[in-house]
Amino acid sequence: MNTLLNNSDLFITGFRNTLILFFFAGVFALILGTIVATLRVSPIPAMRAAATLYINVVRNTPLTLVLFFFALGYPKLGLVEIDFMTAATVGLSLYTATYVAEAVRSGINTVPVGQAEAARAIGLTFTQTLTVVILPQAFRAVIPPMFSVFIALLKNTTVAAGFSVAEAGAIRSNLSERGEPAMAGLLWVALIFVLIVFILSFAQRKLEKKWKVAR
Amino acid sequence: MKAFITRRKSLLVAASAVLALSLSACGGSGGGSTAPSSGSAPFTVAQNVSITGSPTFDTIKSNGKVRIGVKQDQPGLGFKDAATGEYSGFDIQIAQWIAASLGFSQDKIEYKPIPSANRESAITNGDIDYYVGTYSITDKRKQLIDFAGPYFVTGQGLLVKKDNTSINSEKDLSGKNVCSATGSTPIQNIKANFPSTKTTEFDTYSQCVEALKSGQVDAVTTDQAILLGYAAQEPDSLKVVGQPFTVEKYGVGLKKGDTALRQFINKMFTDGGSTWQKIYDSTLGQSGTKVTQPAVDNY
Repeated sequence: MNTLLNNSDLFITGFRNTLILFFFAGVFALILGTIVATLRVSPIPAMRAAATLYINVVRNTPLTLVLFFFALGYPKLGLVEIDFMTAATVGLSLYTATYVAEAVRSGINTVPVGQAEAARAIGLTFTQTLTVVILPQAFRAVIPPMFSVFIALLKNTTVAAGFSVAEAGAIRSNLSERGEPAMAGLLWVALIFVLIVFILSFAQRKLEKKWKVAR
Repeated sequence: MKAFITRRKSLLVAASAVLALSLSACGGSGGGSTAPSSGSAPFTVAQNVSITGSPTFDTIKSNGKVRIGVKQDQPGLGFKDAATGEYSGFDIQIAQWIAASLGFSQDKIEYKPIPSANRESAITNGDIDYYVGTYSITDKRKQLIDFAGPYFVTGQGLLVKKDNTSINSEKDLSGKNVCSATGSTPIQNIKANFPSTKTTEFDTYSQCVEALKSGQVDAVTTDQAILLGYAAQEPDSLKVVGQPFTVEKYGVGLKKGDTALRQFINKMFTDGGSTWQKIYDSTLGQSGTKVTQPAVDNY
């Protein structure tokens, strides 16, 4: 308990930055992932190919590499300067979006083909079919895997501790320099993570109940 | 549509850049020159050593070897040659000297590279018998482990590019970007006492040195002894400026309560002044600095 109370400054900034990273990366990944998923089921072959390429390249690259590219490689390209926090958000968003896209696509696959055919029969366009008929049903079907993706994202934020983003992953190295017992520090960090994940799981159960598809 | 495809192409370019980066990182870490090898060691292996009342020494005896926690990424202090797997540096030789005094030759030593954040737990868990690796003696740490020594005194210093003329001491840090290891004491010191200085943190000092060379940061800060090691490795592009502005005393990390072994090592440091000087001159002393051995603090 002392380890937590005496170093509350570290824990508060650490987990605040973790949550900021998680929130922004989560929102961007959800938007980008949904767009990529719709590209993968679009009728235009070039779009399908591009989305498949993006997913396979980014998802098959270790997260550490993706993040360190944005932290160390990107500044050398001489484009707009971004701080490390933004770099971490961009990297995490691009990486997580591939998992979101695959989750959404699996959801789209659960929607019976008849739904799309019926939508087309009453004269809806591809975009309308997708946004009005298919995606709402797809999202309902993929709540559990989608939350797994977000829980993974929450824990992935700690990779950013390697390059000047002072989030929860950096708490341990600070603590050890202050001479605190490493085990106690680690246990507190783990416990707070478990608590946050518990809140996420609670939201998942609520959403599942609310959006249950009657079959 | 066309714009769309080019965007994907640029992603491909980005991906290959990531690959290229990772490859060059692998190649670079070897770093041409290493600290000069010990040659003939300035100490001899003791015979029939016995230390009564030291649980650590009993463990060492029953294992038949010494397990020493060290650093492997600090040129001149504790450095592992990636090609040969050999360890070299000032801290390594101090560690070998202690092992020799305990009656164990170099082939009976097992080095365990342990990063700063895991040192206390490695000692308290008994993963290693003792730790020699830029380990600053602090009162907080003394609550968890014991220290023999100090065997070296240094302080926080600054490493800059050779052609840098704007930073000459810690007084010139205002508005500059300073890099050190994540959460390390030097970076916490900068944040607390130099509020107008920007800070950047990487996992290791080598990454900071890379960022310094590429111009992402203006200076690297940590113990001057570590910085001298880097400056000695690349004297054409890096230099150490100013005087140390804190005091760090390096000690040998021991299991808490092993007073017998602590006094044994302290006596070795006190009696072995000439050995200490030879070790220093053949390692860190190569940078041209002259230092005398600090007095042991037998608390």
